[in-house]
Amino acid sequence: MAVEPGRNWQRYDTRDRIKRLAIAVLAAATVLSSWLWLDLDLQYVASSPPELLDLAVRMYPPEWAYAPDIVMPLIETIHIAVVGTILAVVLSIPVAFLAARNTTPNRVTYAVGKLIVTVSRSVHTIIWAMLFVVMFGPGAFAGMVAIGVRSIGFVGKLLGEEIEEIAFDQVEAIDATGASTFQVLLYGVIPQIKPALVGISVYRWDINVRGATILGVVGAGGIGVQLFDAVDAFQWSTVALILIAILGIVLLSETVSARARAMVR
Amino acid sequence: MSRIAVTNLTKVYGDDTIALDDVSFEIDEGEFVIVLGVSGSGKSTLLRCLSSLTSPTEGTIEIDGDEVTQTHDDIAMIFQQHNIIGQMTAYSNALSGSLSRSDFVESVFQLQDSAEKYRALEALETVGLLEEAQSKARNMSGGQQQRVGIARALVQEPRVMLADEPVASLDPGSSQQVMQYLLEASVDRDLTTMISLHEVNLARKFGERFIGLRDGKKVFDGYSEDFTIDIIDEIYGDIDIDGIVAEDGADTNETETGKRATKGGSAV
Repeated sequence: MAVEPGRNWQRYDTRDRIKRLAIAVLAAATVLSSWLWLDLDLQYVASSPPELLDLAVRMYPPEWAYAPDIVMPLIETIHIAVVGTILAVVLSIPVAFLAARNTTPNRVTYAVGKLIVTVSRSVHTIIWAMLFVVMFGPGAFAGMVAIGVRSIGFVGKLLGEEIEEIAFDQVEAIDATGASTFQVLLYGVIPQIKPALVGISVYRWDINVRGATILGVVGAGGIGVQLFDAVDAFQWSTVALILIAILGIVLLSETVSARARAMVR
Repeated sequence: MSRIAVTNLTKVYGDDTIALDDVSFEIDEGEFVIVLGVSGSGKSTLLRCLSSLTSPTEGTIEIDGDEVTQTHDDIAMIFQQHNIIGQMTAYSNALSGSLSRSDFVESVFQLQDSAEKYRALEALETVGLLEEAQSKARNMSGGQQQRVGIARALVQEPRVMLADEPVASLDPGSSQQVMQYLLEASVDRDLTTMISLHEVNLARKFGERFIGLRDGKKVFDGYSEDFTIDIIDEIYGDIDIDGIVAEDGADTNETETGKRATKGGSAV
């Protein structure tokens, strides 16, 4: 087919143009209807710069003398994230095998695996923490369990998808040696998903460090307890110090996470 | 008693794809048998049925008189694509051949007893990879990976060794090397060995006994002296075999396996 000089070439035909226009109109209507339904009042937007400046003035300088008092809560925050993540990873491995099509024994177990993943992921950490504070009482234990339960779905889903991508030939080769089902999983599947398991676990730990900083809002331990106590008492210079400390551990966890994931890639 | 007895073996995939059609043969202890045929002739299905990775539709397979219905450490399998675990070292891959003799703790922590560890190192030495024992398998060449696959098979201490197109993805030099290691392992350990190949020259060089498959049917079963150009024609059908059979080797029965005691037998 030769290119005819002077012919008007267009990227989309009429039907495609109408379809694209309809999608754009629908998207705009969705945003507009949401805005109208929320009945947003913009008067506070106008007054926010002076409010922000006022808050900054009250926060400065940070209350450095309070620093020794937040060392233990900070350590507790990291420990909540570490133990909660380990709990989640251990529990999510069998869940991932159930939720992966190529390793789940049957349709019922597949459905059970997917259900565990969905339930865990659809409830926010803070809501899990509220439930576990009621069950176990306030403190780090409730926070650790909340972090763990919320993370099972995340790790289980990503790990399950990784299991579905493994080379089954290698699994078959271990099976051919006369190995048991457990040994086939151990030698045929686990080595193939190990880099992903390490990467996902460290990434989730990184997320959990950030998540653990606000568990204190419902009394589930960590630096959040001090943060919300200070907010309630209008001790803004103390709040500033705690926010700087939170920023520090979040940056630290992100650095550790990024390096660890780069190592296993 | 034959080491391997295959009786009326049939495998049908789906509703009407006949991969194996009423195949029967017997193989004596220590024989080195090459299965030949074009792609789709049933070679891989035959070996997969023998290793119980695929269940036959009809027929039976017996090893030393016992019917084979599930994977077993008595039967080792070597695969075309090597199928070793790339993330593990050559040594760990070789050691995985001992899994059927390992308990839970030994499997999890690689705490197999020293005899098993020695066996893995010895197997790597047999295939010339002792120096590479701690190398990650994924960093090894295709030929080396296949030799790790052979080492894993040897650590199983099998009575039967099966190899499904073990050199199909290798260059000619590596192919010769891998076939030589398979032959030596078979002779040294008196292993009953079946290897599927589609390279006639390689088959003629290393083969002692040949089974030819075409469209799932056995069309030849005999020893090298009977493996003539006419037989090759029968196995390969309309394919022009001039290019796949070396002229200087086409009418000779001189083989690598001929250097060991030749067994009696006749073409069927």
